[in-house]
Amino acid sequence: MLKEATRESYGKALAEFAEKYDLYVLDADLSEATKTKIFAQKYPERFIDCGIAEANMVSVAAGLAASGKTVFASSFAMFLAGRAFEQVRNSIGYPHLNVKLGATHAGLSVGEDGATHQCNEDIALMRTIPGMVVLNPADPVEARLAVKAAIEHDGPVYLRFGRMPIEQILPDDYKFEIGKGTVLKDGTDVAVIATGLMVGEALKAAEMLEQKSISAAVINISSIKPLDKKLILEYSIRCGALVTSEEHSIIGGLGSAVCEAVSEAAPCPVIRHGVEDMFGKSGAAQKVLDYYKLNAEGIVQKVLEAVSLKK
Amino acid sequence: MEEIQKNELKNIALRIRRDIIEQVYNAKSGHPGGSLSIADIITYLYFKEMNIDPSNPKDPDRDRLVLSKGHSCPALYAALAERGYFSTEILKTFRKLDSFLQGHPDMKNTPGVDMSSGSLGQGISAACGIALAGKLDKKNYRVYAILGDGEIEEGQVWEAFMFASHYCLSNLCVIIDRNGLQIDGKCKDVMSSEPLEDKMQAFGFDVKVIDAHDFDDIESAFNTAKNTTDRPTAIIANSVKGKGVSFMENVVSWHGTAPNEQQYEQAMSELKEVR
Repeated sequence: MLKEATRESYGKALAEFAEKYDLYVLDADLSEATKTKIFAQKYPERFIDCGIAEANMVSVAAGLAASGKTVFASSFAMFLAGRAFEQVRNSIGYPHLNVKLGATHAGLSVGEDGATHQCNEDIALMRTIPGMVVLNPADPVEARLAVKAAIEHDGPVYLRFGRMPIEQILPDDYKFEIGKGTVLKDGTDVAVIATGLMVGEALKAAEMLEQKSISAAVINISSIKPLDKKLILEYSIRCGALVTSEEHSIIGGLGSAVCEAVSEAAPCPVIRHGVEDMFGKSGAAQKVLDYYKLNAEGIVQKVLEAVSLKK
Repeated sequence: MEEIQKNELKNIALRIRRDIIEQVYNAKSGHPGGSLSIADIITYLYFKEMNIDPSNPKDPDRDRLVLSKGHSCPALYAALAERGYFSTEILKTFRKLDSFLQGHPDMKNTPGVDMSSGSLGQGISAACGIALAGKLDKKNYRVYAILGDGEIEEGQVWEAFMFASHYCLSNLCVIIDRNGLQIDGKCKDVMSSEPLEDKMQAFGFDVKVIDAHDFDDIESAFNTAKNTTDRPTAIIANSVKGKGVSFMENVVSWHGTAPNEQQYEQAMSELKEVR
């Protein structure tokens, strides 16, 4: 099985799909880190370095898209969704332009760079923009497919990638579709709805829960917006308790999106597992994740809470 | 420029100024001061300079205009209507519910609007993107971006200027409407961006300083810009905010205020045709 950071899968996918699609890729002096360099080396004439100026880069991308081009603009999640939020909203979101935001180094797994670079707020920010698609792939296989889906989608897409190498958990022939969740393991007592690198942890947690005679379903929600409400409601009704898990603040991300969906149609207890209302800190990526309990053990704990709340 | 043609442009500019007052008066809101200050340049662009076809507003080979100081859209809407992109009757719907004439330009719904804008500082970057696309595609279109002298206090503008120069966007012509006023007062008191000529030169632009209300000056600057092939052009247009309406000229409060009925009548009477 493959093990690589989803940023790596992103850079490779850009280079791969640029053969078939007329893509332009922008970066803000981070191509080495975002891995758009893989594309730049193969297609230098279609790579535009904007220097350390994300606000300008995002609006330049809008201008290129307004001229008919399919554009990827890349930087760290912090600077793309954070610093350039208002440019994303007004230059790209409002005119619904065909710009794909390739955000790498999302979440705590940035590791050593610490809190200033660990963006745990990007999903919350991006999903409030009307018409914005928000994708957070679970592994290298899905990251590649998400890039392809973004290219084929007409309109703005926010893609969230990580820095830390992660294991492939999905089969090579995995089907990815914007707006669709996938049941990776079925269960009846509780459903763990996970996104990004927490999907792999959720699968491990489900195995640990088997030992405790708790049958947990695991659902991969890589398409946070549009959200597969139908699937989520189905499991809300079937299991009567949900746990969401994400490498993102528990405020505004997948957990919030799931709560919004179920509270309006099929309410049940939902426990949100993710980064509590606090900043991250420096450390080796896996150590930081463990410190904040963003691992299988953390999920198991939340599942036990959720199950105890069932009527 | 020949007198006949100059008078023709002057009359169009007067119509555009009347349209501006009509729009803001009807909407009971909007930005007359900075719209009136760019009226002559907008007139020249849409009636003399730009390669455009109102019956084909999405022509990929057309020249583009990005109104980076988007709040001055009454001037843009007036020019588009007078040029035939849509009926001048529609100007009455400016800023009203369900009108495609939004408070700030909306490229998705307004015929002839090349880029949505209004959040200051972003339009110039988008104009850079459009100009770069033209270079990449080896197209001959030109891109015009109008900025305010208050707007250029936004840091993003200078990121964009660096970009324009770095990528030799000679097909980009930046017009800075230097009317000297911004919402909180005189630019020189609020946040000075002077010496602007020196700054633009240092950022790699070919710089022209003109009288924004003199068609000979305007023509000469745009002609030079077209023949500049190694760098972008910046036209610093010294203008009068509120130009053409005596009581609005150089008065900061007319940045974003609509005239009452009496003021409207007076403004319209001052904007009669020259012949």
